[in-house]
Amino acid sequence: MNLQSKLAILADAAKYDASCASSGAAPRDSVGGRGMGSTEGMGICHSYAPDGRCISLLKILLTNFCQYDCLYCVNRVSSNVQRARFTVQEVVQLTLDFYRRNCIEGLFLSSGIIQSPDYTMEQVVEVARVLREEHDFRGYIHLKTIPDASPELMERAGRHADRLSINVELPTPEGLTALAPQKDGAAIARSMARMAVHIEDARQARKEQQAAAQVVSMPATRRTLTRRAAAPHFAPGGQSTQMIVGADATDDRTILATSAGLYGVHRLRRVYYSAFSPIPDAARALPLVAPPTVREHRLYQADWLMRFYGFAHGEIVPAGQGGMLALDMDPKLAWAIAHRERFPVNLNTAPRELLLRVPGFGVLTVDRLLAARRVRRLRHADLARLHVPLQKVLPFVEAADYRPGRALDATDLAARMAPPPAQRKLFD
Amino acid sequence: MDRHTITLAHATDWPGFRRAARALVQAGVPPQEVQWFTAQGAAQDLFASPAPPGSSVDPLPSPAGGAAPRVPEDFLRLCERLVLHRNPVRFALMYRLLWRLVRERGLRHDPLDADRLQAHHMVRAVARDMHKMHAFVRFRPVTDTEGHTVQVAWFEPDHFITEANAGFFVRRFTQMRWAILTPDASVRWDGTALHTGPGGQRSDAPPPDAGEALWLTYYRHIFNPARLKTDMMRKEMPQRYWHNLPEASLITELARGAHERSARMVQAEATTPRKAIAPLIPSHAHASR
Repeated sequence: MNLQSKLAILADAAKYDASCASSGAAPRDSVGGRGMGSTEGMGICHSYAPDGRCISLLKILLTNFCQYDCLYCVNRVSSNVQRARFTVQEVVQLTLDFYRRNCIEGLFLSSGIIQSPDYTMEQVVEVARVLREEHDFRGYIHLKTIPDASPELMERAGRHADRLSINVELPTPEGLTALAPQKDGAAIARSMARMAVHIEDARQARKEQQAAAQVVSMPATRRTLTRRAAAPHFAPGGQSTQMIVGADATDDRTILATSAGLYGVHRLRRVYYSAFSPIPDAARALPLVAPPTVREHRLYQADWLMRFYGFAHGEIVPAGQGGMLALDMDPKLAWAIAHRERFPVNLNTAPRELLLRVPGFGVLTVDRLLAARRVRRLRHADLARLHVPLQKVLPFVEAADYRPGRALDATDLAARMAPPPAQRKLFD
Repeated sequence: MDRHTITLAHATDWPGFRRAARALVQAGVPPQEVQWFTAQGAAQDLFASPAPPGSSVDPLPSPAGGAAPRVPEDFLRLCERLVLHRNPVRFALMYRLLWRLVRERGLRHDPLDADRLQAHHMVRAVARDMHKMHAFVRFRPVTDTEGHTVQVAWFEPDHFITEANAGFFVRRFTQMRWAILTPDASVRWDGTALHTGPGGQRSDAPPPDAGEALWLTYYRHIFNPARLKTDMMRKEMPQRYWHNLPEASLITELARGAHERSARMVQAEATTPRKAIAPLIPSHAHASR
């Protein structure tokens, strides 16, 4: 099979993984090296597919042969899809070629399980090792790790990769047992915990190293030293995971509780939600309907509320909706409408945490308001100048020259806030 | 009214602006009495008095003993980006902000001031353009007269960012020979030094090469037809970039085929498994809504 055909099969096989982030790596470049590549902290999306998803990394499977039979997965052993396998050299050459053309930030490599978890993991790690050591590649590498692989292999993966991930796949252990019989939820949790410890240890060690370096730094000679492609890091971009949404009956409240646990216990950098989408050659047990992308979007919004807006996972999903987020309005607006007694919030006196709860305000907006009110009284016109969605914000705030009046009490507030049905694009 | 006309050497002449602005502030010249031009701009403006060749500033008032203006460090950083914006009002805005920063104590702490907000929006546009250039430059290999492989790209930025952005590509592709051509300017890296030159034309850059086919294959297959969302794609990858992105030629075809492909997947009967599997069909797995 030629490279074109393999690439077609193994990109097809990888596209159900939502993550494509290339952020969070330690800054480095190719000055003074043999190879190419740089990361400057911020991720770069080099292209967008017509599904609206960012293409930042070459996201492929090393092989889509797999011994497991996870029902939601296009690569499960019982699927009739065409199979292929890359050699280590082929993945290395593709990565370097796309990188040289400036099409990607690096590689996101995953694999079906062949022979044994250790054998598979070893092949995946070998790709990263060849890129780093033989080609001095300094771009981004994200490796999907296999939970049952040996700790020693995980250690090697972490040395070469900027980010590691293990997919929890389904939000509950029961779901995992039902749909992914060979996967072991406990083993996944153990691996995540082990990675979290490695990441934290390396971060601490590096902090101490930097503190020591400040005492004896010699900036003039630093640049001339050849820096190793692999920094003395362990996955400095942290670890992430993915949950499939809509393949089983788990509600949003449970999903968010699982995420909160992952952020809290294993200090994950990101949890990705992937609306289960129909796959070619699907199993009989799964709902073959259009993917619930609006629900996925609401879960991402709720996830942001937990990470950046001070919301606890338990308060985001309103009572009386069967544990589900509203589809017709964003979760922050839904929360505000359900908690009108907390509003209006006074722009000139409210603390940061209350301002963050105002629908339509982002973190940046809140920080600007806080800075500005030290030198002036905030007025209605100031909001207009900030380009915030006024219709959404105004019922919930008061300013020096503005009060919402009875708008907050109006019974049709929710109806006025939710976009008219004609504008809803559920299926675009 | 005593009007001053300042003609800067080129579109992004930040040092020239700094020199002139410092002198003007020290001489107490208010913003409404200064007109700013760049050398190219002035040449096209029939009503502007011709700038004497070689002189960047005309006429520069002599400082009336005023102290050198002191401004916050972030203001300088802001101006270094603002000067790259294509809008001709940028110099007047920068000078007005400088003038006001020196006189109005509260201004540096007020992020909602109209001038500051305008500057901020313009800088955001420049930063976004620089980011999109990092993302959307596409190199194609050519062989130069000495037999070296040089990676060459054609790019059309919104603002005057090409030279300011070259450092990113130098750091990323230090060991490579490359050139980026744009309508306003070109930059070339020979492996050791950066050379800047005049703008070029799209036809100066190489056509698609055979190796690009792999990238197109990847783009075609990483797309999930069940999730067509072209609005989102257009928002992040505006159409004006498409004619320089090789993969964009596939978009129309992929989007058109998507509905049909995903409908086929939804309607298809589940297939007979290649291998027998245990019947594990928990009833709750069906209901997702």
